[in-house]
Amino acid sequence: MRGWRLALLLPLALLCAAHARTVHAQALVADLNNHLVAITTGFTGTNVTLFGATDGNGDVIVVVRGPERDVTVRRKSKVAEVWVNTRQITFQGVPSFYSIASNKPLDDIAPPAMRQLHQIGLESLRLATEAPISPQETEEFRSALLRNAARAGLYPSGVGQVRFLGDKLFRTDIRFPANVPTGTYLVQVFLVRDKAVVAGQTTPLVISELGIDAEVHDFADRFALAYGLVAITLAALAGWLASLPFRNA
Amino acid sequence: MDIYLPIAGVSVDVFVLLGLGAGVGFLSGVFGVGGGFLLTPFLIFIGIPPAVAVASSANQLVGASVSGVIAHWRRGNVDFHMGAVLLVGGFAGSAFGVWIFALLRRLGQVELTVSVTYVVLLGTLGALMLVESTRALLRRRRPGAGRRKLHQHMWIHGLPLKMRFRRSKLYISAIVPTGLGFVVGILSAIMGIGGGFVMVPAMIYMLGMPTAVVPGTSLLQIIFVAANVTVLQAAGNGTVDAVLAVLLLFGGVIGAQLGTRFGTRLRGEQLRALLALMVLAVAAKLARDLGVRPDDLYSIVVVGSE
Repeated sequence: MRGWRLALLLPLALLCAAHARTVHAQALVADLNNHLVAITTGFTGTNVTLFGATDGNGDVIVVVRGPERDVTVRRKSKVAEVWVNTRQITFQGVPSFYSIASNKPLDDIAPPAMRQLHQIGLESLRLATEAPISPQETEEFRSALLRNAARAGLYPSGVGQVRFLGDKLFRTDIRFPANVPTGTYLVQVFLVRDKAVVAGQTTPLVISELGIDAEVHDFADRFALAYGLVAITLAALAGWLASLPFRNA
Repeated sequence: MDIYLPIAGVSVDVFVLLGLGAGVGFLSGVFGVGGGFLLTPFLIFIGIPPAVAVASSANQLVGASVSGVIAHWRRGNVDFHMGAVLLVGGFAGSAFGVWIFALLRRLGQVELTVSVTYVVLLGTLGALMLVESTRALLRRRRPGAGRRKLHQHMWIHGLPLKMRFRRSKLYISAIVPTGLGFVVGILSAIMGIGGGFVMVPAMIYMLGMPTAVVPGTSLLQIIFVAANVTVLQAAGNGTVDAVLAVLLLFGGVIGAQLGTRFGTRLRGEQLRALLALMVLAVAAKLARDLGVRPDDLYSIVVVGSE
C-alpha cells in the first residue's frame, strides 16, 4: 500500500522540484468539498466536488483511484455442451475504482509517454500478473478485466469534464456509484503544460460505512462467531413472533 | 425505497425484498421446502453478491423454518424423533460439504458445480415426482381401485439398527435417515440451501413417511442445518447479511403461514405434482443457462471475496 503510493508520488515530487525555478511556488492547488464519504442506510451513490486553481495557463487532468486489490479473471469455454471456466489469471494491485476527467480531450494534451508514466487513462493502467504470461493472453485477460469492471460501474467509461471558471479556477464532479468499494481513495490532479506534467497534487478521500450499518459490519468482522449466533437467534425469534397471530387459526 | 445492506455492500429496494420473502415463504409453507433453491438465484439476480446471497438465504431459512415448524407442530405433523436422527447425519454432512466447497473455490468451479448439481438433482427428482403423482391422481379418478399399501418394502428395510418412529408409523433402520441427512448436509453446504427439495421426496419415496408429516419434519431439520451453515459462513467467510435476512423474513414468515393453510387444503398427490412442476421448471431454466453462450466469456472476482 505505502509502496505504490510512494511510487505514484515520487515522480510528481521530482517534477515539482524540477520546475520549481520556472513555476511559481504554488502552480496548482486543489481540494475536495468532502474528504469522507459516509455510506449509510439509503446510500445510492454520491458526488464529490474537486475544486482548485492553477497559476495561469495549462490544462488539468484528474484521476481517481480506489484501494488496490487482487482480481482473478476467468475465461469460459465450451466443454461437452456446457460453458466451463477453463483458464484463470490473477492480476495484482488492481484499483477497485478508476475514473478520469480533464478539461480537453486527452489526445490533445497528454502524449502516450506521459500517460504511461502517470497511469493516466485505463489503457495506461499498470497491472501485473501473478505468474508470467504471454503478452497476447495478458492483453486478452486485461481487457476482459477492464470491461467487467466498467460494466459494474467501477471504471466509468469516457473522460469526465473539468470546467474552468475563468483562467485559473477549475472544478469537476467525481461520481461514485452505489456499489463503490470502501477504503482510501487517491484523487490525483495533474497540471499539464506543453504536453508535460508541470505540477501535481494527490489528495486522499476516505469512503467508509457509518452509523448502524458500519457497526453491524464491524461487529460481524470482529466477532464473527457471535454475529452468526445473533443472526440465527434473531431469525428464529422473528419466525416465532410471526407465527403468533396465526395461533388460533 | 432503497436500503443499504451492510455486508452485501449494495442498496436494494425494501419492497422487492419483502415481496421476494413473501413469495418464497408461501412456497415453503405449502411444500415444506425451505425455498432456498429459488431465493438464492433471485437474490443474485437483483444484484446481491453470490456469496452473500447464499449465506444470507441460509440465515433467512432459519426463521422461515421456525415459523413453518410451529404451524405444522400445532397440527401434530412433526416427527421429532425422525428429525433428530436426520440431523445427526446432517451435521456431519455439512462439515464435509464445507470442505468440498473450499476445494471447489480454489479451482474456480463453484458456479459450475452448483448449477450442474441443481440440474441433475432437480431434474431427476422433479421427473420422478411428476410421474408418481400423476399416477396417483389418475388412480384416484378410477373408481374401485384397490387401497395402496402403507409403504413399499425395499432392500433398505433389511438393514440393521432398526428404530421405531411412531409419528411416521415406520420401523426402519436408523442408517437410512442418517445417510439421507448426511447427503442433504453436503448439498446444503455446497448450494447454500436447506435441502428440503431433496429431503421431501426422499422422505416420501425412500423412507416411506406419510405425506402429512413430511413438510413439518423436513422444516425441523432445515432449521438446524441452516443455522449450522449460517454460523459456519459468518465465522468463516463473513458473508451473512443479517439485515437482508431479517427483511426477507418479514415477508417470509407471513407467506409461510398462509402457505401452510393453503397446503392443508390440497391433497398429497396434488401437492406433489405442483412441487414437481416447479422443480422441473427451475431445472430446465438452469440447464438452458449452462449451454447458452454467456454474454461475456470472461468474469472477474476479487481475490478473497468469493
